[in-house]
Amino acid sequence: MVTSIFFYLFATILILSALRVITAKNPVHAVLFLVLTFVTSSCLWLMLDVEFLALSLILVYVGAVMVLFLFVVMMLDIDTETIRSGFWKNFPLALLLGVVILTEMVIVLITKPIVITGSVAPVDTSVSNGVALGWLMYTQYSYPVELASMVLLLGLVVAVALTLRKTNKNGKYQNISQQVNTESKGRVKMVNMKPVIARSLTIDEGDSK
Amino acid sequence: MNSIAQTLQHLLGDTLGWALWKLLLVIAIVVPLTIFVAYVTFAERKILGYMHARLGANRVGPKGLLQPFADLLKFVFKELLTPTKTSTGIFYIAPLIILACALLVWAVIPFNATTVFANVNASLLFVVAISSLGIYGIILAGWSGNSKYSFLGGVRATAQMISYELAMGFALVGVLMVSGSLNLGEIVKAQSSGILGGSILSWNWIPLFPFFLVYIISGVAETNRAPFDVCEGESEIVAGFFVEYSGTSFALFMLAEYVNMITISTMAALMFLGGWLSPLPKSWGFVGNESFVWLLLKVCILLFGFIWYRATFPRYRYDQIMRLGWKVFLPITLIWIFVLGAWMVSPLSIWQ
Repeated sequence: MVTSIFFYLFATILILSALRVITAKNPVHAVLFLVLTFVTSSCLWLMLDVEFLALSLILVYVGAVMVLFLFVVMMLDIDTETIRSGFWKNFPLALLLGVVILTEMVIVLITKPIVITGSVAPVDTSVSNGVALGWLMYTQYSYPVELASMVLLLGLVVAVALTLRKTNKNGKYQNISQQVNTESKGRVKMVNMKPVIARSLTIDEGDSK
Repeated sequence: MNSIAQTLQHLLGDTLGWALWKLLLVIAIVVPLTIFVAYVTFAERKILGYMHARLGANRVGPKGLLQPFADLLKFVFKELLTPTKTSTGIFYIAPLIILACALLVWAVIPFNATTVFANVNASLLFVVAISSLGIYGIILAGWSGNSKYSFLGGVRATAQMISYELAMGFALVGVLMVSGSLNLGEIVKAQSSGILGGSILSWNWIPLFPFFLVYIISGVAETNRAPFDVCEGESEIVAGFFVEYSGTSFALFMLAEYVNMITISTMAALMFLGGWLSPLPKSWGFVGNESFVWLLLKVCILLFGFIWYRATFPRYRYDQIMRLGWKVFLPITLIWIFVLGAWMVSPLSIWQ
């Protein structure tokens, strides 16, 4: 009973917050509702006892990806008036696309579910699902995992290459290891000077007496 | 303990009694933790005082022992100021998010071999996931205050925390490689055995020494403490992301910061210093037994370190912090993971 109460609670929050993502006027609020959507879907996964996936969802999407999203949205100065100005002009096309997507979803829902009869990996239920996932990922599915990681690595390299600005000849760069390794010898020069005796000092003394 | 739970369930019905029992357990964890926080702030003022060759707080109560409560009362009776054009809802929710995430982690932290609020399989992952949620409180606090200073502080803190989370995560990968479990209790248990016979030498801090150092230093950066406290750099951005906060909501930030410090110290003690295991031989009787007191002692030593660094090191420059995280710690941990993997499969492995 308690489980179903929690399920419906989380499901309601999930759907409402997903709706608010596309209806919220302030983009920062929209991103926050998206975060709430992720957190509640992770709660639903936790109720299915898949704690590894649920926690990875929070760690990867909520903890890292959405924070960067929030950064970008906060930095942008979004004027909602200019964004909404072309709303009615683009509305017919958007409506058409929406109807197509909705029909597809309804068709999927009303047709008989597709039962996968192919080779489903046997899951050892005696270990925690993190361990089970790890075994499958690094034994049976190791090539797809490696392929996916290569694609991600490629994306990473491209992103670095796009933002690397070393080609700018006029740019000024700091060599931090050089800065960190400076010693007082390189900065302070000790010179040996003879003291200069100021003559005016003695004259002043004579005057005051 | 279980008899209290049974009595409650008998009186209030199964579900309600169970919920009330869990609520009592939560209070039994949070209240001592808050008092511990109060005395960590007091210890910080005293230790910093002695390190600066002055006395520190010594006026309120005997030897100044009631000082944290005087501070708290002052916070509570200050006016709550809301700057104009803030996003009011987010402005008040942000400190609560930080504090909630800081306290939520304690649901899975074990206090000794049997005492833990929720003994989940993936408790290490839970701690990492929940502490990464705390970032939202900081960035929202910085943004909602409608101030350039607080926004810059929030952005600085967030970028720094995300960067150091990576190095910290890799340090944790090393720990779970040698213990083969994501459960904190299992991780401590794994340190009590091994080729070195469960003595102080078999704790993770010696074979995983680079990870231990990286974890401690990243922990200081994660909690935004000196020398990595550029997000509240007084000379540049006044007081960072909480510059617009006053009264109780400011106190919540302070509380969360110290709870996070205690969490980081506890995690380091559990993962690298053997948790509740005793460094003395078992034959010594009481002091040789594993107990909560050993965990507390290790946590206090690590907390003393936090205060010590603050008194010792000058503040880092921001780009140097980023360099340390990305170009020093990340490669060190990555390389040591490979070294560790090779060590574990080699005949020299000490974890068989």
